[in-house]
Amino acid sequence: MADAVVTAAPQTRNAVRAKSSRDDWIMRGFMAMIGLYLLIALAFPLYAMLSKSVETYAFDLNSFEIEVNDGSGWLSKGSVLDLAVAAGEFDPTDPSVTSGYRLTPAGFFPDFSFRAPTEYRIRNVLEGGGGYIAKGKIVTSTEWQVFSSNDFRRVLLRPAVSLGLGNFLDYFSTPALFNSIYNSIIVSVISMVITVTLAFFFAYALTRSCMPFKGGFKIIAMIPILVPSLLPGIALVYLFGNQGMIKELLMGYQIYGPIGIVISEVFYCFPHALIIIITALSIADARLYEAATVLRASKLRIFFTVTIPGARYGLISAAFVVFTLVITDFGAPKVIGGQFNVLAVDIYKQVVGQQNFQMGAVVSVILLVPAIVAFFVDRAVQKRQVALLSARAVAYEPKPSKRFDLSMMTFCILVSIFILGMLGVCQYAALIKFWPYDLSLGFTNYNFDVMDGGGWESFYNSIEMAFYTAVFGTIVVFTGAYMVEKGRGFQGGRNVFQFLAMMPMAVPGLVLGLAYIFFFNNPDNPLNFIYGTMAILVICTVTHFYTVSHLTALTALKQMDPEFEYVSQSLNQPFYKMIFKVTVPVCLPAILDVSIYLFVNAMTTVSAVVFLYSPETTLASVAVLNMDDAGDIAPAAAMGMVIFYTNATVRILHGLGSRFIYARTQSWRSR
Amino acid sequence: MSDSYLRVTDLVKKFGHFVALQDISLEVFEGEFVCFLGPSGCGKTTLLRAIAGLDIQTYGKIEQAGRDISDLPPSERDFGIVFQSYALFPNLTIHKNIAYGLENRKLNREQINDRVAELLNLIGLPDQGDKFPAQLSGGQQQRIALARAIATSPGLLLLDEPLSALDAKVRARLRHEIKELQRTLGVTTIMVTHDQEEALTMADRIVVMNHGVIDQVGTPLEIYRDPATPFVADFIGTMNFIDAQVEGDSRVRMGPLTLTCDTKGMSKAAPVTLALRPEDVLVQGVSEERENAIRVQVSEHEFLGSFIRAGLKIPGMGDQTILADISINRLRQQDVSVGTELFVALPADHLRIFAKEAIQNEASDG
Repeated sequence: MADAVVTAAPQTRNAVRAKSSRDDWIMRGFMAMIGLYLLIALAFPLYAMLSKSVETYAFDLNSFEIEVNDGSGWLSKGSVLDLAVAAGEFDPTDPSVTSGYRLTPAGFFPDFSFRAPTEYRIRNVLEGGGGYIAKGKIVTSTEWQVFSSNDFRRVLLRPAVSLGLGNFLDYFSTPALFNSIYNSIIVSVISMVITVTLAFFFAYALTRSCMPFKGGFKIIAMIPILVPSLLPGIALVYLFGNQGMIKELLMGYQIYGPIGIVISEVFYCFPHALIIIITALSIADARLYEAATVLRASKLRIFFTVTIPGARYGLISAAFVVFTLVITDFGAPKVIGGQFNVLAVDIYKQVVGQQNFQMGAVVSVILLVPAIVAFFVDRAVQKRQVALLSARAVAYEPKPSKRFDLSMMTFCILVSIFILGMLGVCQYAALIKFWPYDLSLGFTNYNFDVMDGGGWESFYNSIEMAFYTAVFGTIVVFTGAYMVEKGRGFQGGRNVFQFLAMMPMAVPGLVLGLAYIFFFNNPDNPLNFIYGTMAILVICTVTHFYTVSHLTALTALKQMDPEFEYVSQSLNQPFYKMIFKVTVPVCLPAILDVSIYLFVNAMTTVSAVVFLYSPETTLASVAVLNMDDAGDIAPAAAMGMVIFYTNATVRILHGLGSRFIYARTQSWRSR
Repeated sequence: MSDSYLRVTDLVKKFGHFVALQDISLEVFEGEFVCFLGPSGCGKTTLLRAIAGLDIQTYGKIEQAGRDISDLPPSERDFGIVFQSYALFPNLTIHKNIAYGLENRKLNREQINDRVAELLNLIGLPDQGDKFPAQLSGGQQQRIALARAIATSPGLLLLDEPLSALDAKVRARLRHEIKELQRTLGVTTIMVTHDQEEALTMADRIVVMNHGVIDQVGTPLEIYRDPATPFVADFIGTMNFIDAQVEGDSRVRMGPLTLTCDTKGMSKAAPVTLALRPEDVLVQGVSEERENAIRVQVSEHEFLGSFIRAGLKIPGMGDQTILADISINRLRQQDVSVGTELFVALPADHLRIFAKEAIQNEASDG
């Protein structure tokens, strides 16, 4: 119908193509830059990892030909395969061949001597095989190359690469590996149920009771955000380990294993679940409660028919967030997991322990699946939550009730004891000279410079890294969010950008770190030079925590009237004037929130950076891991507590600073 | 007022397959106050945004002061704009809000301050420069937005439903103030509104739009007195619509009655709709012999302050009623309680006639 109208119009008419102003071009330039950042920091590395997971390596010895000349002309010694097998140098059924695996053909000749005047020559039968390394170069040509016996002993054969699902077949035929899937899921589900239940009642106490000290309880509940996920594990070792203070309480059960992992994860995930559930519970509509009370519903019935349904999206969301955090967390199972293998630790073991990068990539891909599923389900749920929020509701005001308030407070005290207790144990452990033999207190464990892990230098590195992450991360995140929200035209590009910005949420830190190895450590990559520097740690950390920062920035920007931009344009002012005079000042609270979020997480993160640090860029959180690995548990606890005190200080400074800045720049908020 | 300042030619705007504007052509003269009036979704805001360059049209040409601006971004056009939401920068003082557009224009600080003070005086808020927007009332904020828009003396002022967010009293006062300001400055102004009263009181000319096309362009009086289409007749003011049939030259049949009216050369037996405003129904001193006099019965009435609006039932025409406005003065001389029978006249020079199909089309579109 609409088309009919247009065809009736004059044929001479040409579609109007909007001219772009200089601002439009500048903004497109910025969008391209930030888009490129996300491609390089996220999409390309993940692609490199995926392609790595389908690369299989095998030696096809028939693709090499070797001949010997002992003065009487070139002589073939038969198949290279036969030579190798006969010499016991090669087992064709060995599945452990990886990209780094090399064979020395000199070893195939039992009578080989590098002093002999014998000459050897070698060629690739086929092009496109693995080739061989001679004099530091990879040779793939099918021409004969002649070597003296002294040079021949340094020739190395490379395995041929082929694409296929061979690695996955290997994975699923190795019970030691695929059992981890089951382990990971079971631990995640149990942690999820416990965490969400505890967090729900804690949030219920904070929002629906009139108990005193709500502010204090809330601060205590947020403490686990400030510590590395390794720390609760260390506390559990001291409490319930082989020489634990109260290990009798476990009645013979081992803390090393699922029990320890679950307790650690509950500690670690509790604040994340709590934030979501508090939000869900605080949007309750008082009118529903009044209606239910007027209809003479019992308290219990109101709880199940009004409270729970009202918070259900929050509960679902919290459940998925906890599930994802647990299944992708590597700190707690590494410290307290014992022989109980989970996916995240498998990646670490495959890469750091066995240097089997292909298998590391395979486990990463498998770990991506539940994380991505949880991510999409959560996104779908969140969308529905928004619809619920938009209704104008009357805020619910709890009424005092002695018995209820007291029982709620008891519950909160118990949870607080759990959280503070774990922290207290760590601090105690850090101060004891030598548990359990010398219980005198002192600071010997803080003498990090004599331990593994990089010493105090790693702490300064961490501060530096967290600072850069907070500064550059905030700039990148806000620029990106601004382009998505306020950019003009170029809708397709903005949608792709938005998708990329949401991706990091579903990518576990270890997977991201491993992907960075594959991408940036490739000598053919022009960005190879940042490998092993502070820059790659910062880029990786910013990317790892991109999504939450991006959403915070986006929410703040969405509250800005789009008509501000139109007014500014009509007054012929450049877009950046608008940004600096209005957008940034109005969004300052969100900008500060994003920067502190990035700082705190950069201080505590282990998973994303554990593959990427170099001897010059050791980090405090990784030092906790390495010291714990080396058996220096007390110094590990000490370093963990140093991280906690740093984060707590920064948090307090941030709070004071924000208050100061608010007073100076946000006076317009009050009427 | 003779030169065309803004000329829109054959404008089409499509959103996907939806045609928001169909072949709009329009001229606005220098110094004129023009209102785009229509129900929501009629395309009036789309047209304004095309003129501003915020949503560039699919086809067609826009010229401002002789310059083709069809494809220019907003920043390269010459206009000031005021939105319903005021869109005042919340973190800047009133002074800085107004000065925003004056910066980067080779004016020194003193000149800017003088200009801001002048504008604050002009809008009658001379002492409010140091306050923040949130500290002012809605009406004051809208005046600030207006001052900011005209600060740079743009050639064209665009107002997008500027009064819709205000309450009725403030709206009425601001209507007057904006009009006064526009007259003083002589700036060509286009205002979008869905409020007919606003358009009738403020505009030099009104552009009535419906379904992406212009139904009528004219002065408020022309639009009210002589609506070009049934839609305009219905949208502006109140209108009685009565089904009838052409009986001959200047004669139409309405139920059992025959009326005199200009049939505009419509053929015999053509179904038509007669339209008549309630205030044009003659009530006082109508005798049976008068032209187009009919006997009616009062079926309901509604008190509206200075007059009452009576529903009149015409015998022999079923449920068809016509509305008539009767002033309180006349009411004293004549009893108009429910059930009263009386004679009223439908004056031939106020009866407008529309072909029946036109109305059916409108109805099926809506």
